[in-house]
Amino acid sequence: MPLYLNDDQTMLRDAARSFMAEEGAIAKQLRHWRDRNCKDGFGHGLWKQFAGLGFTGILIDEAQGGLGLGHVEAGIVLEEIGRNLTPSPFLMTAVAFVEAVKDTPHAERWFPGILAGDTVAAIAVDEGPRHRPDTIAMRAERSGNGFSLSGRKQFVVQGASADIILVAASTEEGPTLFAVGKGAPGLEVEGVRLADSSIGARLTFDRVGVDADAVVGEVGRGADILARLLGAGRAGAAAELVGVGSAAMDMTVGYLKQRKQFGRLIGEFQALQHRAAHLYSELEIARAATLKAQQMLDESSAGAEAMVSVAKAKAGHSATLAVQEGVQMHGGIGMTDEYDIGLYMKRDRVLNELFGDPAFHADRLARLKGY
Amino acid sequence: MSDSEAFRGEARAWLEANCPAEMREPVRDETDLCWGGRDLVFKNEAQRRWLERMAERGWTVPDWPERYGGGGLSPAEAKILKQEMARIGARNPLTSFGISMLGPALLKYGDEGQKSRYLPEIARGEIRWCQGYSEPNAGSDLASLQTKCEDKGDHWLVNGQKVWTSYADKADWIFCLVRTDPQAPKHHGISFILFDMKTPGVSTKPILLISGSSPFCETFFDDVKVPKDQVVGEVNKGWDVAKYLLGHEREMISGMGLAGQAGAALGEVLRDAVAADPVLRADVARFDVDAMAFRAMSERFIDELKAGQAHPAQPSMMKYAGTELNKRRHELVMAAGGSDALEWESDRSRRGKAAREWLRTKANSIEGGTSEIQLGIIAKRILELPGT
Ligand SMILES: Cc1cc2nc3c(=O)[nH]c(=O)nc-3n(C[C@H](O)[C@H](O)[C@H](O)COP(=O)(O)OP(=O)(O)OC[C@H]3O[C@@H](n4cnc5c(N)ncnc54)[C@H](O)[C@@H]3O)c2cc1C
Repeated sequence: MPLYLNDDQTMLRDAARSFMAEEGAIAKQLRHWRDRNCKDGFGHGLWKQFAGLGFTGILIDEAQGGLGLGHVEAGIVLEEIGRNLTPSPFLMTAVAFVEAVKDTPHAERWFPGILAGDTVAAIAVDEGPRHRPDTIAMRAERSGNGFSLSGRKQFVVQGASADIILVAASTEEGPTLFAVGKGAPGLEVEGVRLADSSIGARLTFDRVGVDADAVVGEVGRGADILARLLGAGRAGAAAELVGVGSAAMDMTVGYLKQRKQFGRLIGEFQALQHRAAHLYSELEIARAATLKAQQMLDESSAGAEAMVSVAKAKAGHSATLAVQEGVQMHGGIGMTDEYDIGLYMKRDRVLNELFGDPAFHADRLARLKGY
Repeated sequence: MSDSEAFRGEARAWLEANCPAEMREPVRDETDLCWGGRDLVFKNEAQRRWLERMAERGWTVPDWPERYGGGGLSPAEAKILKQEMARIGARNPLTSFGISMLGPALLKYGDEGQKSRYLPEIARGEIRWCQGYSEPNAGSDLASLQTKCEDKGDHWLVNGQKVWTSYADKADWIFCLVRTDPQAPKHHGISFILFDMKTPGVSTKPILLISGSSPFCETFFDDVKVPKDQVVGEVNKGWDVAKYLLGHEREMISGMGLAGQAGAALGEVLRDAVAADPVLRADVARFDVDAMAFRAMSERFIDELKAGQAHPAQPSMMKYAGTELNKRRHELVMAAGGSDALEWESDRSRRGKAAREWLRTKANSIEGGTSEIQLGIIAKRILELPGT
């Protein structure tokens, strides 16, 4: 398979690009909800529109009413989400959650609502400030014919708005994923606004009782499902980062062609030209690594895990470079809330933390490579 | 079974049957490479057999047309062949400026006579070429070159000097940029000319590099007579040919940023050295992220190139990123090697192999146009930033 988008994928990209630029634009979505202090941090109307276009069913099999496409296609939508900083449950619900439950009975229960754009899902993995999915302290004890969950989670994106939360916990048999419904007794949800004005949540589980059928997959066998979830989420976050970085670069290069100082366009200064060219190079490489990781996930290749870490780390670094150079090359105006470049810097920071930052993924790559 | 799978099976079987075991071992140093040429002495029998068999199939230049000695493969087939060669660790049968630089330029700009004369010789490795671009006063500002070429009616007369001419003392022929119109603006008076290094008036003087080897020369032209049919493209329009060729040269040099052997991230090789040193391990891990990401970029670049989708200035990006990456790789190899890697002549260090390679890589971001020049090209041609 060549490492560029095929004709169908290019059509999807063009459609997603014009839709997102129009309906998902910063003024219409991000600023709109932020300035109204919206408790969800995203618009349910737009989520409905995503469903109407089929986006929410990209990773859902055709037999289950979805489009039966792959991570490359999900990434295409995410890159456009990134470009426009469009707040949306897409990554958590239509990518991470769908990927985790797709071969389980939970699919039947939740996919119709996701396909309709009614249902929002959240992922509860992290327990401390850093992403450490290999050490889960949350306990799930057998109780009655089900389980009792106790512990804390944080950085649960859209956790306060979710109808269903996928929770990683430890049982005596090993790591296990549970699907926990909204409003479960003993579950306390604290919505927290993050730097990019998206809404995360801190969850406290105090002996939250769930039935045995809340288990996703098999008890004690959650590691594989968690790995699949994280692979999808990380590749998706990488794609969104590529979008964030590309839009920040485009804005900045545009500014270099427009702002004058010393009687010249600032884009004539070689010091800035070379930095812009370096940034372009880094983003091109990040895009290639991300597409490669997505293709490998879609083909279930042996090296997919390592490539996903490469993509998440590289996309994270490159997007961070883009937003930092972006603010710097805009000068004072780059520091104002009125101007959009700063919003990209905030989103980049959040996406870098999500599912592991570049340091986490460089370390993970080293471990996978045996050093 | 699709056509491409059928081709994969066919290529795999053929390589299995024809690639000698010695030619599946990693390249240890320059002397393992086969550069071809009139005076070629094969390092061993396996090298000779491998070149002959591959040349016979046209697979030294898989995607050139068959009538010029190529394999006539489609881009998809050429990619499969490359993958199959990488799978068994097959060496390139032939490394040459003819293949990576002159050939593509001739295919685009050469006339029929030039193509059918020079291309098959390149494909079979019979003639070794060198590149006469740089001059003492024309480096980054290549178009200011001064080597004079006068029209003497039945021949051209060349006078002047080139410098940094890689392997000029070993090459059979040179492709050379010369000034045919000294009055015209600098880009418009240049021609692209080919001639035999044995022509009377051509002489070379090797230059010693910091790595201790002398792979390049000063090259002098003193009343060199060149037949009229050896200018490629139109007279005074050589700059177009020169730039097109530079794109291919940059692709070739950027290839050096690859892990060498496909799949080999650096950390696996340096495992023992980094085990006790967490900061070095972190540096290597960050490098591996960049190396593997760049390998994906190379794959994407080749795929886009073959599909005609790559930006024409994209080779500058590849050259810049690939060479800077390769320099980083060798800094890490030296760090991991510690004082062992510093021994310049001992057998233990294989005569300072790591150190000499490390020094050699510093030229990657100079030769073929410096990193600064590539960044300038990206800024102007891809990002379309203003200014001269
Ligand atoms: C190992 C090796 C092999 C080579 N092989 C060949 C060969 O086979 N054939 C051949 O023709 N040439 C060859 N070269 C020559 C090579 O192409 C030149 O060295 C190169 O183009 C740089 O030119 P220069 O050395 O004159 O440096 P200069 O052009 O003098 O550059 C000096 C410094 O100034 C910087 N600089 C120059 N102009 C600008 C600008 N506009 N903006 C910002 N910075 C600038 C450069 O980036 C560099 O850092 C080889 C060089 C090496 C090192």
